[in-house]
Amino acid sequence: MIGFILSRVARAIITLLVTVTLVFVFIRFSGDPAAALAPPDAPQEVIEQYRRALGLDQPFWVQYTGYLGRLIQGDFGYSIHSGRPSLQIFLDRLPATLRLGGTALLISLVCGITLGAVAALNRGRPIDRGVMAFSVFAFAMPNFLFGLVVILVGSLAFQVYLGGQGASSTALGLIAPALTLGLASMGSYARFTRSSLLETINKPFMLAAEARGIPYKRRLIRHALPNAAIPLVTLVGLSLGSLIAGSVVTEQVFAWPGVGQLLVRSVATRDIATVQFLVLAIAATMITANLIVDLLYLVIDPRIRAK
Amino acid sequence: MSDATTYQRPAIPWAVRLALGFIAVFVLFALFGQWLSPHEFRATSLLDRLRPPVGFGGTWDYPLGTDARGRDLLVRLAVGAQITLIVAVVGTLIGAVLGSLLGVLAAARRGFVETVVVGAVDVQASLPIIVVALFVLAMFDSSFTLFLLLIGLTGWEVYARLMRGAVLSAKEQGYVTAVRALGASPYRIYLRHILPNVVSVALVQFTVNMPLTVLLETALSFLGLGVQSPLTSLGQIMSEGRDRLLTAWWLTLFPGVIIFLLALSISLVGDWVRDRFDPTLRSEN
Amino acid sequence: MTPTDLSPVLAVRDLTIALPPGADRAHAVTGIDLTIEPGQTLCLVGESGSGKSVVAQAIMGMLPPALPMTSGEIALQGTPNPPQRASAYHRLRGPKVAMVFQDAISSLDPIQRVGRQLEEILEVHGVPKSERRARVMDMLAAVLLPDPDRAYRSYPHEMSGGQAQRIVIAGALLLNPALLIADEPTTALDVTTQAEILELIEKLKVEFDTSVLFITHDFGVVADIADHVVVMKDGIAVESGTAPSVLQDPQHDYTKRLLAAAALAPARDQAADGAAIFQVRDLSLTYRRGLFFNRTEVPAVREVTLDLHKGQTLAVVGESGSGKSSLAKCLLRLQDTDGGQMIFKGRDITALQGAALRDFRSKVQVVLQDPFGALDPRFKTIDAIAEGPIIHGVPKAEARERALRMLELVGLTPQAADRYPQEFSGGQRQRICIARALVLEPEVLIADEAVSALDVSIQVQVLDLFTDLQDRLGFSMVFITHDLHVAAAISDNVLVMQHGRVVEQGPTAQIFANPRDPYTRALLQSAPGQKRGLVA
Repeated sequence: MIGFILSRVARAIITLLVTVTLVFVFIRFSGDPAAALAPPDAPQEVIEQYRRALGLDQPFWVQYTGYLGRLIQGDFGYSIHSGRPSLQIFLDRLPATLRLGGTALLISLVCGITLGAVAALNRGRPIDRGVMAFSVFAFAMPNFLFGLVVILVGSLAFQVYLGGQGASSTALGLIAPALTLGLASMGSYARFTRSSLLETINKPFMLAAEARGIPYKRRLIRHALPNAAIPLVTLVGLSLGSLIAGSVVTEQVFAWPGVGQLLVRSVATRDIATVQFLVLAIAATMITANLIVDLLYLVIDPRIRAK
Repeated sequence: MSDATTYQRPAIPWAVRLALGFIAVFVLFALFGQWLSPHEFRATSLLDRLRPPVGFGGTWDYPLGTDARGRDLLVRLAVGAQITLIVAVVGTLIGAVLGSLLGVLAAARRGFVETVVVGAVDVQASLPIIVVALFVLAMFDSSFTLFLLLIGLTGWEVYARLMRGAVLSAKEQGYVTAVRALGASPYRIYLRHILPNVVSVALVQFTVNMPLTVLLETALSFLGLGVQSPLTSLGQIMSEGRDRLLTAWWLTLFPGVIIFLLALSISLVGDWVRDRFDPTLRSEN
Repeated sequence: MTPTDLSPVLAVRDLTIALPPGADRAHAVTGIDLTIEPGQTLCLVGESGSGKSVVAQAIMGMLPPALPMTSGEIALQGTPNPPQRASAYHRLRGPKVAMVFQDAISSLDPIQRVGRQLEEILEVHGVPKSERRARVMDMLAAVLLPDPDRAYRSYPHEMSGGQAQRIVIAGALLLNPALLIADEPTTALDVTTQAEILELIEKLKVEFDTSVLFITHDFGVVADIADHVVVMKDGIAVESGTAPSVLQDPQHDYTKRLLAAAALAPARDQAADGAAIFQVRDLSLTYRRGLFFNRTEVPAVREVTLDLHKGQTLAVVGESGSGKSSLAKCLLRLQDTDGGQMIFKGRDITALQGAALRDFRSKVQVVLQDPFGALDPRFKTIDAIAEGPIIHGVPKAEARERALRMLELVGLTPQAADRYPQEFSGGQRQRICIARALVLEPEVLIADEAVSALDVSIQVQVLDLFTDLQDRLGFSMVFITHDLHVAAAISDNVLVMQHGRVVEQGPTAQIFANPRDPYTRALLQSAPGQKRGLVA
C-alpha cells in the first residue's frame, strides 16, 4: 500500500516535471524569452539585465535549472500588459472561475448521476431511451452554440442579457453559464452511471444477495449503488479536464471574468508569461486531481488497498 | 459451453440512417455547395450588408442572408464546411495513426519504450488539448498547417492507451501462444494475428474521436485562434457573427446548427459502430 | 409431529420451463419431478445446457422473465411456492430455502466486510441487533474457519476460494433453512479443498437438520454424498433413483458414460521403457514482478527433473499454483528458464535461438486449455491448420492438402474447413487445435489442461482421440492436468507437483495404487467417488 502511494506520487511529480520542461523548451525556442518575461516597456538595458539574469548566454542546462529554481521560488514572470506578476493576475481571476466551475460540476454530477440511475432502473423503457438520447445530444452540442442559444433565449424570453459583464452577479447569470459548461459532463455522467449500474446489477453477488432474501430496494441501495459509484470517481477526475477546457469557451461566450477568459485574452495578445503560468497551473491542477483520484481509491475500494 | 451460434446482422436503426443521411448531405454540400450561389465567398457588397434569410424578409439573391460585409452566407457556409471537413478528417487521421502506432509499439517492445509512451500519455492527459493548442498558438504565428497538426493531437493519447491495452491482451490470447509454438516469427504474429484483431479498436475510437475534433476546430476558430481570414470555417463564421447575435441571428445559428448536427450524426454513427464491433463496450448492456 | 414434518422438504411436480423463441430447443426443462425427504441429499446431475441450474432458480423463485414456468408445481415442506419473483420469496429465502453458487468469491459484495454481509441476512429477516454478531460468530465457527474473528473482518478478495465458500455456506445456513441448494459449489476448487467442502456440507447437514439439493456434473461427488440421484440431459430427467441403484445398475447410456468418466482407474499399465526423447534436469523458473517499490519474486518451477520416453505419455498433476503450466511453457521454450537443462533427442535446447529454435518448434507442439481463445477468430479452420506447415516452408497448396487430411483424422468433416472458429462447439474447437498441432508431425505433444474446459462426456471423446492418434502417429505426450481422472485415463507415467517442486513420479498404475509421498496420498484420497467404491 505504501509502495502504491509512493509510486503514484512519484509518477505525478515526474509528469509535472516533464510538463514544466516541455513548456520551458517551447518558450526557449520560440522567440526572445527575456523580452517576453521582462516587464513591458522596459528599457533595453533592463532587458539585457534580464537576459543575463536569465542566463541566456549560459549553457542550456544552467538556464534550465535556473528556470526551475525561479518556479520553485514562485517567480513566474510578469504580464506584458499590466506589468503585474502573472501569479497575481491569476489569483484575481481564480474565484470567478471556481464559482462557475464548482456550480457546473455540482449541477452535472447531481443531474447526471440521477438521470443515469433512473435510466438504468428503467432499462429499455422510453425514459431510458430519452436519457440516452439526451447524453448523445449533450456530447455533440458545442458549448459556444448552446451558450449563444441560452443568451438568445434569455434576451427574448426573460429580457435579460446574459452575455455581458455584470450578469455574473445574479443567480440566473450564474446558472446559465454553469449549465452550458456542465452540459457535456452531465451527458457523460448519465451515460456512465447507467452502464456502470447495469453492469453491477448483473454481477453474481447481486443474484446471490437476492438468494439470501435481501429485498430489491436494499440490494439496490446497499450493494449496487456503492459498487457502481466506484468507477465514477475516475470519471469525475477525468472530466475535470473537459471542465477546464469548456470553461475557456464558456467564459468567452458569457464574458465571465475568469481564468479561461484570461487565457484566451493572453494568447490573443501574446502575453507569454501569463500564458505560460496558466498552462503550468492547469497542468498542476489536473495532475493533483488525478493523484487524489488514485489515492481516493485506497479509501473507497478495499481491493486496491490490499495491493 | 455455448454451442456454435449463427450471427445475425441487426437492422440499422432509423436514427443512424438519418445520421448517415445528414453526413452524406454535409459532404456533398462541402464539395459542391459553392455552385448553389453565384457569389464568391470573399466578395463583399456594401449595399447588401446584413440581409436576412428568405422567409425573414430576405430575397432569393441571398437565400441565407449576408454578413456585416455583405458576403453571401450560403457560399461562406459551403466553404466553411469544406475546411471543417478537411480539418476533421485529416486531424482525426493524424491522431489515430500517431496514437495507434505509439500504443502498439509500447505493447510490443515493453521496457523503456513503453515507459516513455505511458509517460507521454500521462503528460497529455494532464493538459486538455485546447490548452495545449492555445499555448502553442501564443508562441507561434498561426498557420493552417500548424493548426491542422494541433487538431491532429486531439485524443492521440486515447488511441495509444486503448491500442496498448488491446495488444497486451491479444498477446495473452491462446492463439498467439499456439502460433508462437508453431514457430511463427514475431512479424508474422503481429501482422497476421495481433494487428488484424485489434484494428477494430482503433476504428471504433476513430468514430468516437471525430466529433471531438470537429468541436475542437470550431471552438478554436470561434475563439478567433483557429482558421484565420481570408480562409473560413464554420466556427470562424460563428465567431464573426457573435457580436450581432440579437440583430443578425442567422450568422451564428446556421453554422452553429450545422456543427451540432454534424457532431451529433458522427456520434450516433460512432455509437452504432462501437456496438457492432466491440460487444464489450456495448452501451445497451 | 406437525404436518410439515411429514411432508417432503421439496416436492417438484412436472416442472416445465420455456426457453425464449429462437433458442436451440423449446424448453429449458420438461416435466421434471423431484422429491427430497427430510435429512436427505438429492444430487441433480448433468452437463452444461442440461437445465439443472434452471431447476434451482425455479425453486428459489428467481427465474428471469425470459424463462417462464409453463407448467408444474413446486412446494417446500408441503406449502406451494408463490409465483416466480413474488416479493413473498424474501421471507422464504433464508429461513426455508438457501442457495450457494459455484464461484463463492464473486457471490459476495466485493466492497463490504464479510461479517457485515452475514449480519445483513439476519437484519433483513428481523433478528434483533443484539443477537446478530454472536450468531454470525457461532456460524463462522460451525463452518470450521480457522480464525472466525479474522474472517469476520475480511473482505471477500482477501480469502481463498475454499474459505469464501465456507463463508457463503455459513450465510446460507444462518437462518437454518429446511433446504440447502448447492449449485456446483466445488467445481472451481482444487481437489483437496473440494473434499473439505464436501465433508463440511455432510457435517452441517446433520448438525442443522437440513436437506440438500446438490447440483453437479461429477459422479464422483454423487457417489460420496447422494441419497437420491436425478440425471438430466437436454432438459429431461433421463434417469432417477436411489444412489446405490443408479450407481450400481445405471440404465441409461448417458448415465453409464458419466459414471465411466468418474472412475479413477489407470487405463494403461505398460511399464515398458522407450528411449528418453526429452530430458529435463534441475529446471528452475522465477517470475519477477513490479518496480523498485513493490518488487516481488515468485518461484514457479524449482529444480524439476523428468524424462519423457518415446511414444509414452507423462501426466503432470498438480493443483492451482503448483507450477505445472509454467513448466509447460519452459518445455515449449515459450518462457526462458533461470537454471537447469533441457535435452531434446540428445541436443541441449535450453538456450536455442533462431533457425534451430524454429526447427525445434516443429517437433514439439502444444494444445492449450481454452478452446475459445486458442484459435484466431479471423482464421478459417483450414488456414489455422495449414499455418504451421506454411511457416516451415511447405508450399501453400500442399499445406492445405495436409491440413485437410488432418481434419479428417481428428474426426471433422471437410465442410468444417471453410468455417470460422466461432461456428464450432468447444469440443470441436479442441479437435481443430489438435489438428493444428499434429499437422507438423511433432515428436512431442504438450497438452496443457487440454480437456479441462470441456464437459465430461466431451472430455472422454477428446481423450480417446488423443490416445487413438498417439497409437497411429507414435508421438510422445506431456499431459498437464489438475484432474486425476484425466491423468489416470491417459498416462503411462505420472509426475506430481506441489509449490513448483516434483514430490513424486513414476508409473501411473504404481503411483495410483501405492503413493509414497504424503501429498500424493492426500491428493488421491481427496478425489471424489471413493466412499462407495467408484474406484475400480
